[in-house]
Amino acid sequence: MESVVDVRSVTKKFRLHQGRHKNLKDRILHPGQGTTTDLLVLNDVSFHVGAGETVGVLGRNGSGKSTLLKCICGVLQPTAGEIAIRGALAGLLELGAGFQPELSGRDNIYLSGSMLGLSRKSVDAVFDDIVEFSELEKFIDSPVKFYSSGMYVRLGFAVAVNSDPDILVVDEVLAVGDERFQAKCMDRIRQFQADGRTILLVSHNADQVRALCDRAIVLEKGHMVSDAPAGESVRVFREHLLGQTAGSSQSTDAHSAMTIVGVTSPSGHFSIVTGQSLTLDVTLESDRPLDGRAMVEIVSRRGELIARTDPTTTPLSISSGLNNVRFVLPTVPFLDGTYFVNLGVVSPEGNSRWAWREQAAQLEVTYDGRGAGLVALSLEVRPS
Amino acid sequence: MLGARQGLIERLSTVWASRELLLYLISSDIKIKYKNSALGMIWSMIAPAMQIGIYFLVFQIILKNGVPDYVIMLWSGMLVWHFFTNVVSNATSVVVQRAGIVKKVAFPREILALSIVGTSMVYFSIQFGVLALLMLLMGHAPAWHLLWLVPISFLGVVLIASALGIFFSAVNVYFRDTSHMVDVGINLWFWLTPIVYSYERTVSPMVHAHGLTWLYLLNPVTPVVLTFQRVLYGETTVIANTPDHSVLHVLPSWTTMTFVTVNAALISAGVILLLGAMSIFSRLQGNFAEEL
Repeated sequence: MESVVDVRSVTKKFRLHQGRHKNLKDRILHPGQGTTTDLLVLNDVSFHVGAGETVGVLGRNGSGKSTLLKCICGVLQPTAGEIAIRGALAGLLELGAGFQPELSGRDNIYLSGSMLGLSRKSVDAVFDDIVEFSELEKFIDSPVKFYSSGMYVRLGFAVAVNSDPDILVVDEVLAVGDERFQAKCMDRIRQFQADGRTILLVSHNADQVRALCDRAIVLEKGHMVSDAPAGESVRVFREHLLGQTAGSSQSTDAHSAMTIVGVTSPSGHFSIVTGQSLTLDVTLESDRPLDGRAMVEIVSRRGELIARTDPTTTPLSISSGLNNVRFVLPTVPFLDGTYFVNLGVVSPEGNSRWAWREQAAQLEVTYDGRGAGLVALSLEVRPS
Repeated sequence: MLGARQGLIERLSTVWASRELLLYLISSDIKIKYKNSALGMIWSMIAPAMQIGIYFLVFQIILKNGVPDYVIMLWSGMLVWHFFTNVVSNATSVVVQRAGIVKKVAFPREILALSIVGTSMVYFSIQFGVLALLMLLMGHAPAWHLLWLVPISFLGVVLIASALGIFFSAVNVYFRDTSHMVDVGINLWFWLTPIVYSYERTVSPMVHAHGLTWLYLLNPVTPVVLTFQRVLYGETTVIANTPDHSVLHVLPSWTTMTFVTVNAALISAGVILLLGAMSIFSRLQGNFAEEL
């Protein structure tokens, strides 16, 4: 596969100025003052993105993922290393970033189109599509300063996706607009994938990455800790999160305290028939007693999250040493297919995963009925 | 290829590739500036007209410098000066002002400074048009045979102003004092340029006596102002409109060849400065997004 984005040992250092000279007077009067410290945001990151691939970049806040994207878009220059891009790249670091509030929507489409490298003619060609996608027909000649933030963002997204790029770089911008517009953006992204274009997507939403991406990269404090298929990288990301999560000291302790030793099935296999129950024997090791909550996720083979149990209803007390716990799902309503089971123990509020295992089991479901869709739905008919 | 550093040639070609964006920025700047004002473009003439009116009052009426059609001479030089200061002082702060785009969108940042050059050119043309109208009304003819010197000389000031604008716009990102220093410096610079006073009558004898003519002419705006005055005012020697009707040498009696040489030297210097400014800019622009 031809590689369209080549990132070769990219390192980015930021200079942090403390008590820095902002003006000439300070610089002349206090020449020795003001210290600078180097902050290494990206450390020797290398990877390739092939044509037509969708690659996710995962990482916590401050892991360097947005810096990496800015380097790829050309907004920042790497301190060392180089980045080669083949083809037209459209970067959505911020929707509507180039808009001039005083100008009309129409003028802004042309202005931001030319910032994305489009000629007037190519904007003319997609102008109607942009307006239609953004649903701003009535307002296209009003200044964008009168737009609501939702309208602003819709126009920004519409221009970027209609600029016909070979490579689309998206930074957390899919979380904008109302739910319906988000779905529309998602459809557009999927259409992009179907057209065989390349997408690079930054997110801290692991479920979104798993659902959209073929492959994902995990950054941790500027280092690349994983470059693997999306499911595998999400596993690394989640398990890394467990190692060192910022937050209350209690939860940090809880992470280091608990590990999942093994997941087995009493029947010896993970195959069931639709509607039956699924039993999982989980062995946990903890160095102190903890009160957490049990949680199970079911993920389709395509990486979409199908179901996540409500952890607040399933308290779980762990004693120190080895614990054998049985997780039971009384009815599994899914139709035939292969599913992955993720499970673990989370904090009582359900926010922090204390012990977690991605793809703890591969579940084979067989269905002997004639229903169709995702889940088995029962119907009863009664005389009324 | 986005390496740690780009060559000058590569840089120039990316700037050239973004010329359409440059035109959009210029037209949107002009649109925005006059969008919500009732008088619109007229404002770009009221301010300079006011200034010219004051200098006319002071030098012609109060100090009685005796130069006939003084307004024409004043306006010919002021045209050049307004263009120069518009470019230099607005371009200096343009990168800082547009921090929002610089941090989020990738495009060659020189375009921002160049868009200021573009908008200033538009204002220059308007003011030039007003001067032409004024000359028509006053029945004052330019030196027709030298008219071709005007675009050549204007090219010189465009190059010099762009070079300074691009250089200061990059320096100002790291050193916010730059824009204040430029504003102060420009005030002084104005009086070092023979716009309101006549070079030949006041400065020339003095600097010549000390052998410093070359130093005075090192000011790159001076040759352009002198060329514009020579062509548009048209005369080098005039009869004063004061009661004694004395003979005034208002402009240097250079030959056409001298004007050509001076302007050619200015253009060469402008090209060198512009290339220098662009190469400094391309070294400094890599860190713009993190410094803003």
